[in-house]
Amino acid sequence: MKGALNKRGAILAGLLLALAAAAPFLVNEFYLTVLALIFLYALVGIAWNLMMGYAGQLSLGHALYFGLGAYIVAVLSEKFGISPWFGMIPAFFIAAICGAIIGALGFRFGVKGVYFALLTIAFAEFARILFEHWDYTGRTGGFFLTALNEKNRPLLSLRGGAMFFYYALLMTLAVTYFAVAWLVRGRLGYLWRAVREDEEAARALGVKAFEVKLIAVAISAGITGVAGGWFALMNGSLFPDSTFGMRLSIDLIIAPIIGGLGTLFGPVLGALIVVPLNEIAKDLGQALGVNGINLLIYGVLLLAVVLAAPSGVWPWIARKTGLDENSTRERDRT
Amino acid sequence: MFELYVGVIANGLMIGAVYALIATGLNLIFGVMRIVNFAHGEIVVIGMYAGYSCWFWLGLPLAVSAPLAMLFMFAAGYGFQRALGNDFVDRPQHVQFVLYISLALIITGLHAIIFGPDPRGIQSAASFSVYRFAGLRFDAARLHAALAAVAILCALWLWLRYSLTGKSLKAAAQNLTGGQAIGININHVFALTMGIGAACAGAAGALIAPLFDTHPYLAGEFTLTAFIIVIVGGLASLPGALLGGLLIGVSEALAAVLITPSAKSLFSYGLLIAILLLRPGGLLGQKGAGN
Repeated sequence: MKGALNKRGAILAGLLLALAAAAPFLVNEFYLTVLALIFLYALVGIAWNLMMGYAGQLSLGHALYFGLGAYIVAVLSEKFGISPWFGMIPAFFIAAICGAIIGALGFRFGVKGVYFALLTIAFAEFARILFEHWDYTGRTGGFFLTALNEKNRPLLSLRGGAMFFYYALLMTLAVTYFAVAWLVRGRLGYLWRAVREDEEAARALGVKAFEVKLIAVAISAGITGVAGGWFALMNGSLFPDSTFGMRLSIDLIIAPIIGGLGTLFGPVLGALIVVPLNEIAKDLGQALGVNGINLLIYGVLLLAVVLAAPSGVWPWIARKTGLDENSTRERDRT
Repeated sequence: MFELYVGVIANGLMIGAVYALIATGLNLIFGVMRIVNFAHGEIVVIGMYAGYSCWFWLGLPLAVSAPLAMLFMFAAGYGFQRALGNDFVDRPQHVQFVLYISLALIITGLHAIIFGPDPRGIQSAASFSVYRFAGLRFDAARLHAALAAVAILCALWLWLRYSLTGKSLKAAAQNLTGGQAIGININHVFALTMGIGAACAGAAGALIAPLFDTHPYLAGEFTLTAFIIVIVGGLASLPGALLGGLLIGVSEALAAVLITPSAKSLFSYGLLIAILLLRPGGLLGQKGAGN
């Protein structure tokens, strides 16, 4: 894995970052908001990919961590006046602990594959129903952050306009990306891949599979919690169904799958594809005034992608251009 | 008070029988092909709209619309599997996941386009009539649906057990390579499985169309309920699906009375978590099947 990005890749990455930093001067506010949303999805995609793409553990309940992070940041700032700067800390750790507990239960009892995925769905749905009946967070009616006034200082409240969220999420994404890149290229990354490819063999070689998997779940859940916190700040309103629901869990993981599992850039590319597709489908649906056409378009596009590049778009591009010779997983090549 | 609970449990059992039919379809598809059909709830909703359309435009009763929905979904399932599904059987799980999710989105989108987002209900003579038995009242529509579901399940079990094709389906479920070795046409068997699985879901949809108002976004809940039943009852166990269906039907009905209707799935998810952790093979599945 030495130098997973070759020289051309590094230049491209630099160009992308420079373009991203300059984007606010090139496009209007609407596109900035969409870009911020792309970064948010990329963030969760990286987190989910860490667990599924590298450690091989399928979670279909990442909305649980997302929702927890969102509600923690929102409740702390609204009910206790604690700045989101500090709110992000419990958002990370409580989500990580929840992930670790669910992971520990699943791994200890030998719940694997589809069964593990269903376990994660069950916990997420459980949380959704609880929040839908919890008076403290406003039940199904939703939980709202107070509207911003002129005295608001974005750097203190972590809330601001499109430009503020754009840069904030870009930075969060960049930091997470490089941290995760460092992790997966290090010792832990090798252990994760060993467990993913053949857990029995890895254990026979002395890999503590249980702990290794648990670390992956905890980090993945923690990052997702922080992403949820950002979502709360951006959106200003939280509803159990849209922060804990199954639909969100699915939306969150489509991007990394489309982008390419087990690759670093895949989830980012996936978010760049999936979020605009969704927005375009929504706009078309509204323009035509037909209910449901957005779902149809989104579904057809997803189907097209999965038929054309089943192992993901990034491995496909990387193979064609020779940008990243290590981006394909060994298993997919055979 | 006692009568209230007996009535609630009876209602739960009747809905549970229909749930069992939905779950059996999912179970069969997973059992034979190891595919998790994430579009299963959407197929149920197709069945519901089929039942609704038959009643609304053609004035056909349930006894006609349910078999029609079943035939239609069988053909659709068989065709889909032949055209597309079979290519995905040995792909990695996440690729299958995207395929079925995109299918689910397309179906839901089409439903919303064709029928609109508003709930559609069927009012038939059976909606208002009741059977009285031992001092209890049973909804006629509900009872008919439950009896039809049980009849379809029994027919399916007998077919799987005694017909040659049914046996080859079970053989493929138990050992795919062995099945191929003795000359089972896998492409046909897989398509047949998808067809039967979809037919179960479609028939169940037509059966519950008179009970719930149909709208496009019901599907997710059906998919999840079917998953829970399959896991609780035991994968690849048909009696398990019936037991699981009845159990979930009753637990939902009880939760709706004891807590609040919107919390009805709380019990089901609790049960699912407990089963996954304590008996991953399900109540009637083989022990250790979860590994």
